[in-house]
Amino acid sequence: MDYFIELLFGGLTRGSIYALIALGYTMVYGIIGLINFAHGEIYMIGAFTSFIVATVLSIYGFPLLAIVVIAALAAAVWSSAYGVTIEKIAYRPLRHAPRLSPLISAIGMSIFLQNYVLLAQTSDFLSFPALIPEFAFMEPVAHIVGSSDLVILVTTALVMLALTVLIKFTRIGKAMRATSQDRTMAMLVGINVDRVISATFVIGSALAAIGGMLIASHIGQINFYIGFIAGIKAFTAAVLGGIGSIPGAVLGSLVLGLTESFATGYVSSDYEDVFAFSLLVLILIFKPSGLLGKAETKKV
Amino acid sequence: MQSGLKKKLFVAAVALGFAMAVPGAVVAGDTIKLGVAGAQSGKLVSYGMPTVKAAELVVAQYNAKGGINGKKVELLVQDDACKPELATNAATLLVTKGVDVVLGHICSGATKAALPIYKEAGVVVISPSATTPDLTQSGDYPNFFRTIAADDAQARVEVDFAIDTIGAKKIAVIHDKGDYGKGLAEFARVFIEESGKAEVVLFEGVTPDAVDYTAIVQKIRRFDADAVIFGGYHPEASKIVSMMKKKRLNIVFISDDGVKDDTFIKVAGANAEGVYASGPQDNSQNPLAAASKEAHKAAYNSDPGAFYENAYSAALAILNAVEKAGSTDMAAVVKALHTEKVDTPVGTIYFDEKGDAVGVGFAMYQVQNGQYVEVKK
Repeated sequence: MDYFIELLFGGLTRGSIYALIALGYTMVYGIIGLINFAHGEIYMIGAFTSFIVATVLSIYGFPLLAIVVIAALAAAVWSSAYGVTIEKIAYRPLRHAPRLSPLISAIGMSIFLQNYVLLAQTSDFLSFPALIPEFAFMEPVAHIVGSSDLVILVTTALVMLALTVLIKFTRIGKAMRATSQDRTMAMLVGINVDRVISATFVIGSALAAIGGMLIASHIGQINFYIGFIAGIKAFTAAVLGGIGSIPGAVLGSLVLGLTESFATGYVSSDYEDVFAFSLLVLILIFKPSGLLGKAETKKV
Repeated sequence: MQSGLKKKLFVAAVALGFAMAVPGAVVAGDTIKLGVAGAQSGKLVSYGMPTVKAAELVVAQYNAKGGINGKKVELLVQDDACKPELATNAATLLVTKGVDVVLGHICSGATKAALPIYKEAGVVVISPSATTPDLTQSGDYPNFFRTIAADDAQARVEVDFAIDTIGAKKIAVIHDKGDYGKGLAEFARVFIEESGKAEVVLFEGVTPDAVDYTAIVQKIRRFDADAVIFGGYHPEASKIVSMMKKKRLNIVFISDDGVKDDTFIKVAGANAEGVYASGPQDNSQNPLAAASKEAHKAAYNSDPGAFYENAYSAALAILNAVEKAGSTDMAAVVKALHTEKVDTPVGTIYFDEKGDAVGVGFAMYQVQNGQYVEVKK
């Protein structure tokens, strides 16, 4: 039983890691119907930004809490700037192009950003400082849920809650839903669609950046390549949950994380990915729009 | 055509070097013929040429002392481009020329192809660089020796260390699913099982680059392992040791020379403390190693290349064996290689019954205060 609980929490943490990234994928897809392949790179840039800021601040002897807050804010702002810029230069000019064009453009941005960080920063693995301290009250259960696991779990839950509130009950949320339903009609009733899309990229990128910081602190290392693998898994999770749906992204991520954790625990870690992707195939066969996705009816 | 020209130039160069090293004519039939076979052309030439240079230097040294038992040593250099089909040609040619002992070949595949020809001709072969375990362990070639550790030697060192020094009884063997990591892990598993003193409680590969290794760490705990042997490189190793610390799993972590890298210590930080990793023996303190390097610099005005120390040692060992045996008869030379210790740049060595050099290979290191320190047994 202990073993089951250990694997359960391991899977939940892993799922939450995916969820923090998957939310950005699913939001962008929900609004403009684009799979933003550069999203994993935004996450990576967030991790690098918080790394640099945290390193500099710790040299000046700031307290840990201040370092975490400032690094998270800096990473969120910096990554949002990247997200909005990418949208402006790589996706907006292609908004009326066939669907494949922005997709290719997104893949191009992803490769560009990876190589940019490789050249501008380093190709080495860097040791990421432990920004989340070891809480004393967690010590009795640390072998099951560590402090950083707890922070990641709580952050994911809060973020999902906040996003749901934002989309359901705020003005910008309403505008997002309108844009997502019918972009032309939204424009006709006076919604600034460009601004809504920019806001979506800001939120998605900021989430990815904060996720990048938490996850890097949990794993303890970063390099220019971390966005790719994490991005692919998060994208899988978003599709699994029903791309476009916010609760779906979280559910899909948790299902994926738990599947991998239990597959490793009870079968073999050799087959971790086999199980994860078999699950994806199975769910898509029986529910092509994902766990919580709405069946898309094509507008004629 | 180009390689033919290179070869001619090369032969000329060797002849010249030889002429300088050994003043006076060499009378055929009255010499000990040391064949040097390996890649002297093609893309692996950088693996083969240092061996030729090592042989030239050692032979010059011997001849300066008056040769072996009154006979001068003569070099016969033969190219195989590291290709098995050319290696058989090279071997046949050397045997036809009446070679007494051979230093070579360089690549494992080429060595394997050439060995039956030498065996039939009763020629002892010593390689500085062929690492495929089978070459010695199959027992098919009593005439084959080498001065480099076999591919499985590292796994052997890790397993011996885990069982004998640490006293581990239950070992989890983890790898990164790559050629290098999985290969090592498989050897480690076999050695643990053969030893009978410990059992492999877990043998699994982890996905490289995965975001999180919690599940595998919990699994290691569940199987109650008292040591982990990991085959792979430092990025995964640092993630696993960090996660082990996070999940309060305090057991011995032993890895390989893919982890014996300062980047590992840099990235894993405090979590790296106490981690064991095997790595090539450090010969830099050996005066003979320094001397052989100096000799190379003096003769060729450059730093030696790949396998130079192993080749230098192999040449010393084989000529020493011929000297001690008093003949070039295969049985006598083989016996001398097994019994006579010889001082070489890779240490004072002799050869075990299979033909592997005893005293050559890997050492265990441990991270202590942020540095890898050799662990003396």
